[in-house]
Amino acid sequence: MTAVLETVDLSKTFTLHERGGMALPVFSSISFRVNPGECLALTGHSGSGKSSLLRCLYGNYSASSGEVRIHHQNQWVNLSAAAPREVLEVRRHTLGYVSQFLRVIPRVSTLDIVAEPLRRLGVAASDARDQAERWLARLNLHERLWHLPPATFSGGEQQRVNIAHGLIANHPVLLLDEPTASLDADNRRVVVALIHAARARGAAVVGIFHDDEVREAVASRCLDIEQFRQPF
Amino acid sequence: MNNRILLSVRDAGKQFMQGSRMRWACQGVSFDLYPGEVLAVVGESGSGKSTLLRLLAARLACDVGSVHYDVRDEAGTAEATGASALVNLAQLSEARLRWLARTDWGFVEQHARDGLRMNVSGGANIGERMMALGARHYGKLRSEALNWMERVELDTGRIDDLPGTYSGGMQQRLQIARNLVTHPRLVFMDEPTTGLDVSVQARLLDLLRELVDQLHLAAVIVTHDLAVARLLAHRMLVMKDGCVVEQGLTDRVLDDPQHPYTQLLVSSVLTP
Repeated sequence: MTAVLETVDLSKTFTLHERGGMALPVFSSISFRVNPGECLALTGHSGSGKSSLLRCLYGNYSASSGEVRIHHQNQWVNLSAAAPREVLEVRRHTLGYVSQFLRVIPRVSTLDIVAEPLRRLGVAASDARDQAERWLARLNLHERLWHLPPATFSGGEQQRVNIAHGLIANHPVLLLDEPTASLDADNRRVVVALIHAARARGAAVVGIFHDDEVREAVASRCLDIEQFRQPF
Repeated sequence: MNNRILLSVRDAGKQFMQGSRMRWACQGVSFDLYPGEVLAVVGESGSGKSTLLRLLAARLACDVGSVHYDVRDEAGTAEATGASALVNLAQLSEARLRWLARTDWGFVEQHARDGLRMNVSGGANIGERMMALGARHYGKLRSEALNWMERVELDTGRIDDLPGTYSGGMQQRLQIARNLVTHPRLVFMDEPTTGLDVSVQARLLDLLRELVDQLHLAAVIVTHDLAVARLLAHRMLVMKDGCVVEQGLTDRVLDDPQHPYTQLLVSSVLTP
């Protein structure tokens, strides 16, 4: 099996210029590979850098050194060094991300937010909306909310919108940052089933799952981030 | 992915006389823009971002460096033949630049009155660029004007009214329609939402986001508002004292800024 995502000696240190250039090391020299169908769970105490690592994998944070490499349309792309439009291209076709918090856009309805990743792939508007409806229904989001912007939704409702948005395009690589944190037991089970389905179709998944039960249900292996922490 | 460069800027700079000495308003700016790419230029007042925009749009000439553009011939065939046609704007005639500016480019001014003709109707404002391209059929001009008023969410019943009777937000939407009617490939925008009420701003931003996507427009947007950059731009460029201090993917620059000045800018924003 060949990997689709890997890090090579990946390190991240923040330099806080407003604090006189103070260096805040997060992790150093992380190397791992993830194969299609695998789910790698990142573990470690809160503040250990799990979310920072996930953001590096998404290209949202730069790498201080080392590489994030992703297999995109039969080529390896070094995400840390790629041009902005290449990163956006990788995100459009290959790399999905479910963040902890939904960034709402004024005026845009929930359905359109969820349909957007498909629209960006060129799927026709009506087809994209149909699929968005199916995902929202699967995640038990009440139909009366579909046409509203999610700004006023509860945390759990926003999280389900976020999950639908992150999974709808069936990307080959998925990054999940605590996707079940504010969900009740029923919806946690739905998300676990969706992650299983993603793995079954061959997606490589890297995630942070605080809930032990969820992690045990979805992960094929764990990576403890503490071992890569830098003293400061 | 389209690998044909639309706009190429190399080491561009402009200096002005300030008191008795010359001062660089902007200098050393280099980047390539591709079709469909939206670039935000951010920085505080006096950082040189508006000067840069005027250099890119050939409203000012570079003192050093160059701006090249992928010029189509008048039949628009350069793209079809695939021939690379990056042309130095400094070498184009006045007439050719004017033609470029009113067909293949748009320029959205911060103050709509600067970009509109205030003494002719809204419909005539939209029709002007089409007429410059030779359109004369009144019925076609009018139906195209109505079509664009709808696209930018203007009340089509106002087509015969003077822009001075429109609200600020409506004037800005009229200015956008006026620019997009010739299907330009590149639009320059100078603080397009500044000075509008917040609710009007949100509608306009949403409209711009949709249009840019649907029309596959490339755009250079000058703004001091980081939220506008995040919403609209794929990439951004941060300017301070006439120089680019940082550039890259929008969410990376905003979420993981590297330069001291960018860190200061990002950490100074109030989030409600």
